[in-house]
Amino acid sequence: MRYFKYIIVGVLFGITMFKSEAVSWFRIYEMFHFQSFHMYGIIFSSVVLGMGIVTFIKWRHFKSIKGEEIIIPDKQKSIPRYLIGGTIFGLGWAMAGVCPGPMFVLMGSGYTVFVVFLASAMFGTFVYGLLRDKLPH
Amino acid sequence: MLEFLIQLKDFISQPWPWWVAGMMIAFILFILLFFGKEFGISANFRVMCAAEGAGEYSDFFKFDWQSQGWNLMVVLGAMFGGYISAHYLSSADGNVAHISSETVESLKGLGLTYSEGEVPLVPEFYSWSSLFTLRGLIIIAGGGFLIGFGARYAGGCTSGHAISGLSALQISSLIAVIGFFIGGLLMTYLIFPFLFG
Repeated sequence: MRYFKYIIVGVLFGITMFKSEAVSWFRIYEMFHFQSFHMYGIIFSSVVLGMGIVTFIKWRHFKSIKGEEIIIPDKQKSIPRYLIGGTIFGLGWAMAGVCPGPMFVLMGSGYTVFVVFLASAMFGTFVYGLLRDKLPH
Repeated sequence: MLEFLIQLKDFISQPWPWWVAGMMIAFILFILLFFGKEFGISANFRVMCAAEGAGEYSDFFKFDWQSQGWNLMVVLGAMFGGYISAHYLSSADGNVAHISSETVESLKGLGLTYSEGEVPLVPEFYSWSSLFTLRGLIIIAGGGFLIGFGARYAGGCTSGHAISGLSALQISSLIAVIGFFIGGLLMTYLIFPFLFG
């Protein structure tokens, strides 16, 4: 049962992605053509609210469900890693029109071909794991 | 009571405006922080590789992946969420992407002809049979590879960097998001004319 709450969180996430059409290839295409505010609105509004939430958690030393202080670790400092890795991700994002979350949502909604997409994404991660020491970070 | 539930279902079944989605995502971010976790979907690829025994090939996959079971439950839930939405919460006009008329027009340049209000959520090239076409194979297998490789190289995807990272004012995440857009715009403007030519 300790996993059950995460399934509920995932269901909420899946419904949100689907009903807001963030799962749609066409919405991503539209976003990269700057032809609608929709996707930007989703990202901006969640980030603005998220900033408020994170600030509140840090300011009030808000405790987690286990009674521990919530610590949000800083990301590693680097430019090439984020710029190169981010660009490679962006190429895939625009081409496939889905990022990792929507991929699972679409798989569940009946587009079983996304199993192949998931296998390719796992293979990409695996290749990164093999090459990691040779790549600039 | 039943009447109310039907009205509620119809209400939820409308296409959601951006700000409803934004509020929901922020709520998910909060609830995961409250559970002592951090929102990030693409980390699951690493967990899945590790669970399949990739630790034999690279130390990157030697970690306590069992402790990440919660995140696998999130994506399992996301799959249920997709199922529920597609089968029980579809809007009156079906599972349609309500994109702008400008976008419908510019799609014709790629040879994707739709009339407004009839654009599906997912294009036709997402099917098993299109895996046997060059374009379908490039988009599905190639796109998956780029996303899996890039997300792990950058240390996160849209959820980990654009949502969690920017919310926590991480400069690294801002650089990653700039990278997402550099890649996305290169693909859209430079590579699509060849891919759909």
